[in-house]
Amino acid sequence: MAERGFSVARLPGFSTIAIVVFVALYLPIITLVVYSFNAGQSVAVWEGFSLKWYVDAWANDAVKSATLRSLGIALCASIIATAAATMAALGTTRRKAFKGQTFIYVMINQPLMVPEIVTAVALLIFFASIKVATGYQGLGYLIIAHSAFCIPFAYLPIRARLEGMDLSLETAAADLYASSWQTFRRVTLPLLAPGIMAGAMLAFVISLDDVVITEFVKSGGQDTLPTYMLGQMRRALTPEVNAISSVLLALTVLLLTAFFLLTRKND
Amino acid sequence: MSAAEDAQAATATRNGWLLSAPALAILTFAAAGPLLIVLVYSFLTPGRYGNVEWALNFDGWIGILYTKDIFDETLKLADANMSIFWRSIKLSFLTTIITFAVGFPTAWFIATRPPKARALWLFLITIPFWTNLLIRTFAINEVIRNEGLMNTVLLWSGIISEPIRIIYTDTAVFIGMAYVYLPLMVLPLFASIDRFDMKLLEAGYDLYASRMQVLRRVILPIVKPGIVAGSILVFVPSLGAYVTPRVLGGGKNMMIGNFIELQFGQGRNWPLGAALSMTLLFVVMVALLFYVRAANGEKKNG
Repeated sequence: MAERGFSVARLPGFSTIAIVVFVALYLPIITLVVYSFNAGQSVAVWEGFSLKWYVDAWANDAVKSATLRSLGIALCASIIATAAATMAALGTTRRKAFKGQTFIYVMINQPLMVPEIVTAVALLIFFASIKVATGYQGLGYLIIAHSAFCIPFAYLPIRARLEGMDLSLETAAADLYASSWQTFRRVTLPLLAPGIMAGAMLAFVISLDDVVITEFVKSGGQDTLPTYMLGQMRRALTPEVNAISSVLLALTVLLLTAFFLLTRKND
Repeated sequence: MSAAEDAQAATATRNGWLLSAPALAILTFAAAGPLLIVLVYSFLTPGRYGNVEWALNFDGWIGILYTKDIFDETLKLADANMSIFWRSIKLSFLTTIITFAVGFPTAWFIATRPPKARALWLFLITIPFWTNLLIRTFAINEVIRNEGLMNTVLLWSGIISEPIRIIYTDTAVFIGMAYVYLPLMVLPLFASIDRFDMKLLEAGYDLYASRMQVLRRVILPIVKPGIVAGSILVFVPSLGAYVTPRVLGGGKNMMIGNFIELQFGQGRNWPLGAALSMTLLFVVMVALLFYVRAANGEKKNG
């Protein structure tokens, strides 16, 4: 680079390292996506462009049912988590500190602190006894487990949004004889909506991505897409897994872009 | 305080708790509560086919460090367990150090871009952060496995004549963890560098400090909260890692997470698994307390 005078913020070598880091971050992901379009069976040699593995994955019943299960669980869990997180955010922000508030914060953020493997083991033990006692084997266990660890991810953007809203509009509504429910429904909720949407999307992505807790909680035949992929990995590596990964990757990028637009527009 | 204020405070407390109740109920049922059951299980006797028998037994906790001789019941230090703990701690420290070494320049680079470009670079770091950990592990596997990108390129260019075999070794797990946890280091570092006042650098240089002196004496002390946050955010999940060592380490190079799973699978020793989980949880809590203290200390000092 040509000498452009002395810049205080420049530290020698830092830009080079940063560029290498970005290349190193994206090269593996790009490799994965490129090889999902490889015509050959081998994951090593490039044999021409083909959508074969996407077609194969689409035709695979195990993949189909795992996909539907993943989406169903993520949808239920994100709705439950977002509803609970919205209420908790309304209860813990914009009011005087109250007794037990710290305890509530700790409880809500607890899934971020405890290692996933420990929670997974705890749920395995707990749900195993419930399964024996009640005989119920359904998806409810996965949905409630996912709802729990999604709560902090839904809570954080909603709380951030609430803290940025001042109380003057709500006070104005109350001055105009709106009932507290009317105020909430017509004033608070519409203003809070972008935060709720952002929280729901994060919860959805987090649920969709989970491997460890799902792996321990699921009963037989309840594979989600990530646990199915992990199971495939144990046997032989197939480009089919690359194809599924690429689709999930595209979905994540899409949701993230939407999330950024949602949170930025209303700054 | 007047009676009216008292009543108001009581209402605030009640509403706060009522509104938080659903979230607390779900978290108690499916996250925090079951941890207590794990603690109880760590003091029970392993059942023959997994699960437990309800009889008090300390073997789970003893089994963390020692093995019992099957003939004379003498206790011996369990070498296999020791090597797993050592590997977990060593790889977690190495991962934290390498992600800091390359993550700090990266965060600095992002924070010193013009505002528009900065948003883009930040977005580029955020995408891997939110991408499924399993997919990122598969991606790095594509690069480092025996017939992967790295070996293909190196063999083709004639730099090596035999593929470098690092898959299913500690090195592979280390590379994988550094790759998947790097964004966790960069984001908090960026947050604290972003708040850093670049005028301080001018002051440093005006006083004839060298670049190295400015870095060591001005920048690093001020962005320390970000360094602590990033290190904890990388160290804690590394210590409890399960997916990355399972995929890249094969069956032999277990870390604590995989060792815990083993006890609930083939090992059929639930109390040992429970005791190991509690130990991991304890170590993580100590690390987090250390972090909270460091963060609070920072606040007090301004």
